[in-house]
Amino acid sequence: MTNSVIDASLPPSGPIPQPGDARTKSWVPAVLIGVAILFLGFVLYIPAINVFYQAFHKGIGPFLKNLKEPNFLHAIQMTLALAAIAVPLNTIFGLATAWALARKRFRGRTLLLSIIDLPFAISPVVAGLMIVLLYGRNGWFGGWLQAHNINIVFAFPAMLLATIFVSMPFVAREVIPVLEEEGLDQEEAAYTLGANPWQTFWRVTVPNIRWGLLYGILLTNARAMGEFGAVSVVSGNIAGKTQSLPLYVEEAYKGYETEAAYSAAVLLALLAVVTLVVKEVLEQRTGGYRKKVH
Amino acid sequence: MAASSQQISRSPGDSPWQVFLHSLIHMPWTWRIMLGYLAVMLFLPTAAMLTKASGIGLAEFWRIATSPIALSTYDVTFTTSLIAALIDGVFGVLVAWVLVRYDFPLKRFIDASIDLPFALPTAVAGLTLATVYSENGWIGSLFAPFGIKIAFTRLGVGIAMMFISLPFVVRTVQPVLMQMERETEEAAWSLGASALETFWRVLLPPLFPAILTGVALGFSRAVGEYGSTVIVSSNTPFKDLIAPILIFQRLEQYDYAGATVIGMVLLILSLLMLLVINFIQAWGKRYD
Repeated sequence: MTNSVIDASLPPSGPIPQPGDARTKSWVPAVLIGVAILFLGFVLYIPAINVFYQAFHKGIGPFLKNLKEPNFLHAIQMTLALAAIAVPLNTIFGLATAWALARKRFRGRTLLLSIIDLPFAISPVVAGLMIVLLYGRNGWFGGWLQAHNINIVFAFPAMLLATIFVSMPFVAREVIPVLEEEGLDQEEAAYTLGANPWQTFWRVTVPNIRWGLLYGILLTNARAMGEFGAVSVVSGNIAGKTQSLPLYVEEAYKGYETEAAYSAAVLLALLAVVTLVVKEVLEQRTGGYRKKVH
Repeated sequence: MAASSQQISRSPGDSPWQVFLHSLIHMPWTWRIMLGYLAVMLFLPTAAMLTKASGIGLAEFWRIATSPIALSTYDVTFTTSLIAALIDGVFGVLVAWVLVRYDFPLKRFIDASIDLPFALPTAVAGLTLATVYSENGWIGSLFAPFGIKIAFTRLGVGIAMMFISLPFVVRTVQPVLMQMERETEEAAWSLGASALETFWRVLLPPLFPAILTGVALGFSRAVGEYGSTVIVSSNTPFKDLIAPILIFQRLEQYDYAGATVIGMVLLILSLLMLLVINFIQAWGKRYD
């Protein structure tokens, strides 16, 4: 066969025809992409852009002015304090849980895993209600707490408990699959070479699970700083006292202080943007570690 | 580590109670942390609510749970959540499809942005949706001339629910779509199926369990949602008052029994939804 014959049998140049090309008109993808982006625009992007527009459309001045507002500053401190305590505690719990449950098979394991996921299924308001019913005036511990003059509900401790409740499962959820994938070989090797469990944990396990762990901590932090429903129920929402940043947003808005509301909202939106960027980076690090539902 | 507790020799005559006590004492410290933390943070609060609920009495429980205001909040909550989740079901599949199958500018950015509702605090979502969809907001003003009010009505609540549930559908459908082999589609094509036929008969059946799971997850998230909906709703009873907000209002009035009953209804529904989701996932595995 000569080249000319082959050449004649092929189209001169251009893409190889895909099956169905004759029937899929080229406008179909364009229309589908357009509709998808339009939908996302209405539901996600325009609202997201609006946060930054409202906060900064009169320049950075109003934002800086609000930054000097004592209640606003107190709300920021409150949110940072909640995250500073809730995130480490939930991380320790998540690591212990992952360590206890990953790579082990026993009866009731699936049930235990579902129980750990339960805080995601329970409405935040119901979570808050549970805490009120436990520590509130008429709750189980109410009498005892009152007798000892300890305030939990409508004070920081209950806000912390609510924050912990709603952000509890993230670390365990992210670390368990990573631990399962790693297997036991490296840790067994470390033991054989004479490492004690603590050394093995810090030098072998933690480096292996670090990206999954960071991912879990990141999500825990985002939820802890952003939680509204559960914290709102237990806090009493006293400005300058028991008000976290999300609660400040709502109260400022309801009090027609839209500017103040957006100054606080833009900080939380920045937190969300940072979370998403770090999340992308971590997903790349873990090599096609696929996006999951939380 | 769990095994080590079983390796410790026991005298054969031990009663089950002794065996239980023994394993409790020799429990590895990871188990102690896990169970201790769960007990304090999850079991105790849940138990407090269950005992409160059981103390109410069946007749009284039923009376509160089926009071007209409660029934109207179920109607608003469940119907709106369901419609929002179904709309997300349709558009979520479209978004997942576009992200998996086509290439276009800013695709990676759009893909990453789908998780925005997970990352954005719900109070911020409610605030900005209330602004954008209000009568003189960017989007609301487009609809206002037609007499359609969105913010501070049930429609606004629905939009907020769509916002928070969207990632659930996209992120459950996307991985399944990525794994699907294009050969089957191509076979359908070359056997003369039309685009629509290929979609309905070839693509949709294996995707269906994932879509249902996503919609169910989105629905249960929307039912429990409080932060964004409380701001975007006018919270008018019998109009756009949703069940989580009714719980909040009952608590504000120190009506603990009333709050507990509505809370129990929501809790039972979330547990039912968990069962349904597990069932759908098990059913979906038949394609694996």
